[in-house]
Order: sequence, then structure tokens, then C-alpha cells
Amino acid sequence: MTGARRLSLPALAGITAGLFALAIALVFYYAPVDSDQGLSQKIFYFHVPIALTSYACFGWGAWKALLHLWKRKPGADLESYVAIHQGTIFGMLTLITGSIWARISWGVWWVWSDDQLVLFLILFLFYCAYFMLRYSVEPGLQRENMCAVYALFGVVLIPISFLAIRISRSIIHPEVFTRHGPQMTHSQFLAFCVAWLAMLFLFATLYGIELAGKRLDARLRELRELLA
Amino acid sequence: MVRATKVTKRFGDKRVLNRVDAEVEAGGFLLVTGPNGSGKTTLLRVLAGLDAPTSGQVLLPDRATIGYLGHEPHVYRELTPLENLHLFGRLYRVPERAERIGMLLERFGLWDVRDQRVQTFSRGMRQRLGLCRVLLHSPTLAVLDEPFNALDEAGAALLDATLDVIAPVSAVVLATHDPGRVERLATQRLAFA
Amino acid sequence: MRFFSDVAALARKDLLIELRAKETVPAMLLFVLSALTIFHFAVPAGASAKISIGLLWTAIVFTALLGLTRAFVPEREQGVFDALVLAPSDRSAIWAAKALSVLAFLGLAELVALPAFGLFFSGVGWHGVAAFALADIGICAVGTLTGAMAVAGRARELILPLLFLPLAIPVVAAGVGASIAGGGKYLAFLALYDAVFALLSWGAFEYVVAQT
Repeated sequence: MTGARRLSLPALAGITAGLFALAIALVFYYAPVDSDQGLSQKIFYFHVPIALTSYACFGWGAWKALLHLWKRKPGADLESYVAIHQGTIFGMLTLITGSIWARISWGVWWVWSDDQLVLFLILFLFYCAYFMLRYSVEPGLQRENMCAVYALFGVVLIPISFLAIRISRSIIHPEVFTRHGPQMTHSQFLAFCVAWLAMLFLFATLYGIELAGKRLDARLRELRELLA
Repeated sequence: MVRATKVTKRFGDKRVLNRVDAEVEAGGFLLVTGPNGSGKTTLLRVLAGLDAPTSGQVLLPDRATIGYLGHEPHVYRELTPLENLHLFGRLYRVPERAERIGMLLERFGLWDVRDQRVQTFSRGMRQRLGLCRVLLHSPTLAVLDEPFNALDEAGAALLDATLDVIAPVSAVVLATHDPGRVERLATQRLAFA
Repeated sequence: MRFFSDVAALARKDLLIELRAKETVPAMLLFVLSALTIFHFAVPAGASAKISIGLLWTAIVFTALLGLTRAFVPEREQGVFDALVLAPSDRSAIWAAKALSVLAFLGLAELVALPAFGLFFSGVGWHGVAAFALADIGICAVGTLTGAMAVAGRARELILPLLFLPLAIPVVAAGVGASIAGGGKYLAFLALYDAVFALLSWGAFEYVVAQT
């Protein structure tokens, strides 16, 4: 995120806030109300961008992990960790918003026929284990390596799990509920894109904040070491 | 040749090594002394390439030339001495493996029990086997952590004799509670408080 | 090639140790039979055969987990792991050998479990057997790698299931599909899973065990 580094954190936060305001305005006032589901369909404008941003987080975390293993780039481990941390948070939000949407659409809090939701459940379990792994090992090169390897496994797991869910769908869970994938009109598409951009900037801001905090912690520890 | 420069090692909040310098060349013998828990084992693991320092640098020779004997003898309990040594001999690409193994087992008095499982051995016998394993590939850097532990007088004498032979040609790092035993060989000393 | 002879030597060592200790395989056998017995009581009468197939897969996955938890125990005793890691041989040979030996143990367990399942519930077709064979490879590849990760930390037996089970989900999904519906796509998927994760695990093992 060299762009984020060139942009100061307050500026990033400001842009994020602005985008959110714009997104909310577009979603609630500009995009037409869905003929089927009414106002409650609006949650789609947040649920899907959150999910997509989650993928972006995990992808970014895996990229940093690769840099750590391959190029031995210093600091890449911390960046990978923060990205995955954010990804897990966005993942949890995906599950929550997805559950709310299912409740609104079909009256149940969970549906197994929603492939993406099921995928996120698996990923959520996987990445929670990332943190268990990280905190069970002493800090050091081996821990950084293991976390990086695990992050790469995660990003490979995404398509593999999705494929597994797809092919086993007819066996495991019959199509009870169908959701028409949104064929979006122009205005819907615009609202969607702005919402997505807002989420990505939210990730960038939170990522920047958490990373700065962690780096400060590390620096403090270093200084304390030197003084001792 | 192994060189540690300003090596610090922390486990969580506890600092075990603090900016330690050490350098041993072929023919050098670094004697490391100090009470339990003072960091000897940690330093030896760093010098053997088993642990990375928290900060500082370590210059290590090729893995194939390092021999490490820790507090455990590093041998499989369910296997016999012959099986253990053949396995490690294979992994270390030891030439003329069978002869070398035979020679070492004889020297350390384990030839008669070469086909018995290690789990039937006493601690002292396991330690002797561990020494065989360490010497199997003729390491040019031998890192030995309290090798005299558990050895009876006969075993200790065998180790003494072995050290006399390898000290002039290899780099040796040896940690011990009983420095008097190997004082004569030491070219450098490092005392932990 | 040296790699293969190292793998062979290490795998032979693992099999020899198990042959003498006789700890892991009997435990796995007993576990899987106990699990199948419990499933008989857990599945109400009149339930479809499909449910029991799913339970069989579950039992196999947890039996594999049992074997994987024990996988690095011989190395942890007497500190042998240090000696293996220091050896100049390729560290991923350790992974390959360990995965092969756990595969052998799992295969033995299935040799008993599948006929027992046929006895208790219903037969597993050839598609099912092929699915188990392919699934075992993936399970052992991934399980051995995560096993090494778990062993490096504090709460090893606790952490291994957490690391392993999410990765096993695709295997179970495809395996059950293959057992019930047949069809090549499930077996093809399992083969893909095996190829991808075996390659990843092979490449990553070096990083997971090296401390420097």
C-alpha cells in the first residue's frame, strides 16, 4: 500500500468518511428500491463490498507473506499479520451482514445454499486458527515463517473451497432458496461501486492505523531494550 | 569457523543473551561455563544454527560440517544403535558408513549392544551413542552442551581422549559444569554469570 | 536422487518405529471402530444410507487427526528433531517421509474401517474407495505440515485440529460427493486438491521447521 503511505492517515480517514457519506446517499436515495425485497435489499450494497474487501485483505496478507518468505523483506510479517487481522474482521462482518440478509430475505438466520456465505464460514475458521497459531509460538523467524506459510495456504484455500462447495452443492444442500444475482442497472452499479470503494478505503485506513500502532509498539520495545 | 556478533536472545520478556560476542576457528576451543539457566544452552544452540538470535549476527559454516550434542542425545528410542547411526550416516552422506559406524561403536564401548534398542540403555549409554552420532560425519564445528553429563568415569575418559584428537583440527564449543576437566584444551573462555 | 533415498530411509525409520512401538495404529483402529459404533447409536432407524456415509468420512478424518497428532512424537522425545533439521539433507524429505508413514497408518485403519462400515451399515462402492485413497493423500500432506507447525508451539495437541480441520473441509465435501453420487468430478477435484496442497506443503516445510 505505497499509496497509503504517501497519503497521510488523517487524509485517508477523511476520504473514507467522504466515500461512506456518498455511498450511503447513493444507496438510499439514488439507487432504485428493489421490486422484490424492498428496502431490506439495500444491505446487499454493504454485504458484498465487505466480502470483496475481505478477499482483498487476505490477498494483501498473502502477498506480504510471499514477500517475507521469498524476498526476506523486513516488516513484511507485521504487514501480513495486520492485513489478515483486518480480513478476519471484515470476514466476520460478512457473515453478520449475510446472516441479516438471509433473515430479511428468507426468514432464517443462516442458509447453506449461499455459496459465498459458506465459504466465508470456512475462511473465518481458518483465519481464526491463524491467530491461535501465531500466539502459541515464540516470536522469531520461525513464527514469521509459519504465519506466512499459513497465510499462503489460506489464499489457496479460497478457490479450492469454493470449488468444493460448488460441486458438492447438489449432494449436500438442495436448492431451496434461489437468489437472483443482481442484474444491476446503471444507478445500482454506481451505488455498488462507490460502496465498494468506500470499504476498500476503510480497509486502507484501518490497516494504516493498526500498522502504525504495531510499529510504534515494536519501536518502543526496541528502545527499551537499548536502554536496559 | 563460527562467529557470533553482539548476539541478543530474548524469550518473551526474558533476555537470556545480552550482546554476546564469540568466535571460534579450526583448532580453537571455546569453553563456556556458568550456572544452570545462565544462557549456556541458548548460546550453544545459536552457535549451532538451531536458534536465530533476536538481534545480532551469526556467521555459520555449512550445515553438513556442524555437529551438535544438546542435553538430549538425539537418538530414536525404538531403534538400535546401528539403525540410528545408519540413518544419520545416510542423511549426512558419510562415506564408508558401515566401517565408520563400527569404529565409533567400538571406540565408545557400544559394539556389543549394537543390536539392542536404545530404550533398554542407561542414560550414560545413550549419551555415548549421542557422541557417536555427533562424531559420525567428522564435523569441523563441534558444539557440545555438557557432554560429560551422565557419563561414568570410563565414558568420560573416552570423551577426553576424543576431544584430545579433534580439538587441534576442529572448532569446538563446549559448555560444562566441570571446567577443570577440559581446562587444558581451552583456547578461549566465556563465563556466564 | 538423494531426496528420494532420504525419504525412503526416513519413512522406513517411521514404519520400523511403529512396528516396534505398536502405539499409533492400534489406537487408530480402536478409535475408528468405536466411532462407527457410536454412529450406530447416533443415527435413528430409517435414516438414509447417505447420512452414514457422511459419518464414515467424519470418522476417517478424526482417525487421521489421531494419527497426525502422534506423528512427530518419536522426534520430540530425545530431541531428535534438532538433529534431523541440522542434517544437510533436504528438510522437505522429513515432510515427505512423515506424510508417507501417516498415509500407511491411515490406509491400514481404513482397511479395517471400510469393511466394518460395510458390515454395520452399507457397502462403500468403488467410487468411495477411490475417493478415500485420493483424500488420504491430501489429508496426510496437509496434516503433516500443520502437524509440524503445531509442534513448534506450546499448545500442540490443541492447535493441530484447529489448523487441520478447515483445510479438511473441501476433502470431506468432495469425498462424500464421490461416495454417494459417483461421477468423475469429485475424484478430479480430490486429485486437484492433492496436487496443489502436496506441492505447497513440500515447498513450505523447509520454512516451517528452520529456525534460522
